[in-house]
Amino acid sequence: MTNKTKEKKPTRRDFLYITTAVFGATGAAAVAWPLIDQLNPDASVSALSSVETDISSIPEGGSLKIAWRGKPVFIRRRTKEEIEIAEKEDNENLPDPQNDADRVKNKEWLVVVGVCTHLGCIPIADKGDFGGWFCPCHGSHYDISGRIRKGPAPTNLEVPPYEFVNENIIKIG
Amino acid sequence: MNHDYEYTPGNAFTKWLDKRLPLIRFADENLLSFPTPKNLNYFWTFGFILTLCLVTQIITGIVLAMHYTPHVLMAFDSIEHIMRDVNYGWLIRYIHANGASMFFLAVFIHMFRGLYYGSYKEPREILWILGVVIFLLMIITAFMGYVLVWGQMSFWGATVITNLVGAIPLVGESILTLLLGGFSVDNPTLNRFFSLHYLLPFVIFGVVILHIWALHVTGNNNPTGISVKNTNDTISFHPYYTVKDLFAYVVFLLMFAYFIFYNPNILGHPDNYIEADAMVTPAHIVPEWYLLPFYAILRAVPDKLMGVLLMFGSIVVLFFLPWLDTMKVKSARYRPTYKIFYFTFLLTCFLLGYLGGQAPEGLYLFLSRVCTIYYFAFFLVVMPILSRYEKPSPMPIGISNSAINTDLGTDKNPALSINN
Repeated sequence: MTNKTKEKKPTRRDFLYITTAVFGATGAAAVAWPLIDQLNPDASVSALSSVETDISSIPEGGSLKIAWRGKPVFIRRRTKEEIEIAEKEDNENLPDPQNDADRVKNKEWLVVVGVCTHLGCIPIADKGDFGGWFCPCHGSHYDISGRIRKGPAPTNLEVPPYEFVNENIIKIG
Repeated sequence: MNHDYEYTPGNAFTKWLDKRLPLIRFADENLLSFPTPKNLNYFWTFGFILTLCLVTQIITGIVLAMHYTPHVLMAFDSIEHIMRDVNYGWLIRYIHANGASMFFLAVFIHMFRGLYYGSYKEPREILWILGVVIFLLMIITAFMGYVLVWGQMSFWGATVITNLVGAIPLVGESILTLLLGGFSVDNPTLNRFFSLHYLLPFVIFGVVILHIWALHVTGNNNPTGISVKNTNDTISFHPYYTVKDLFAYVVFLLMFAYFIFYNPNILGHPDNYIEADAMVTPAHIVPEWYLLPFYAILRAVPDKLMGVLLMFGSIVVLFFLPWLDTMKVKSARYRPTYKIFYFTFLLTCFLLGYLGGQAPEGLYLFLSRVCTIYYFAFFLVVMPILSRYEKPSPMPIGISNSAINTDLGTDKNPALSINN
């Protein structure tokens, strides 16, 4: 066999090289995946991803901070005035536009994850320029609907999945 | 490197060994008779100091790991157990904690020395790049080690820094969850940080070996930046530089000892003596002092993603230094204009360090922005422009010959053959 024909026609050896490489790469990927996926949340972490809380004791204008997935969740019972302000400010120039009505299931109750969307600190209630929350770490201001109004945070406070089990109980997650 | 001297085994055993595993020959060529420029100043002792810093951290770290418990319920208490119950535990922990600060102090001096004397320039590009890799690994290792204490600053520092990853578009959140092993910094995070904090120093050790290997291929730069021409320019590493390095190390240890014995907590943050609480954020989150300049850059930008990119960019830009500064003259000694920009840059870095510890508002924020702009401009604008237009001042012909070289900008002077 001359060199020329060798170049043109794949040999049995080429076939062996390629199949071996593909087989090896598949094997390596199959071994790599468990090693990477073990870093993801395990079953015990995922199991904690829903909590139920009694909210009957919260007065109007009061709020409760509970832990969900290791993060705080703010449950706030808003006053009539606060609801009015939140709805009126739908028309303000918002960095992350969202209507107050889209952020609540029941106007009276605002439920948001209490983690600043900038770098994960916990905002302080009843502080800041917009009557809602203020993050002390890098100065983000949120309004009474948990919407970002001023500062480096890119988005509004996250609304977790939740439902009212009955009048007194809320289930988060 | 050319050297006239060659190791010859002295007795029958070393002869036998030399043919099978030339260990003594290797040590002799690299540690004892290694030809070193004779004009190195004390800024050149920091490589040696840094190696010993790494060894100190590894030894104290292995000991601390014998008493530490990487679990969210016990980590903070086990640190207090080390401080109060373990024999000399307070000493070992204070050495380890302050040792990290000393390590960074030494590495900053080491890097600024390289920046001043042009040690990153041809043919030492790989040497410099390996150094930046070590620096990056040091930052990651130090950050993870700080989290292990599981105080308030540990926890919230970890939260803020890992959240930087979340700024990446599309995949950021998934990577963040993968990194944390949960939806927030918690036990899985602490466990993996402990595992990696134990591993990475040995990775650093490996890269240090490559770093020293690269150094021994090209040989040391020196304060003149002029290449070594012949054996007149060099002296053997031992005893000349072993003694000089050891002396510098002893002085360095004196300062280290001051922190350990007289002011062990001055470089830390008091909030880290409060156990981590996922429900309460401290009013003012600051990283350790050695990360403050990078933190200042992060906060100087109003946009989350841009802030993160610039912060990482401030280290990534160092990788490209050999190709940003192409001026043939290495040492700032003979670069009057570069020298001015260099010292302004040094001042900027100090200022960024100060600003990183202040609240990001008003004048502080404005200054952070000015400094951030200069930080990048120094590398991306000043260096390339100076490389083209700066006129170097007169240079000597060689390390051993102080006669002025008339052929500026090159150290390959034909006049040399006359001197030899």
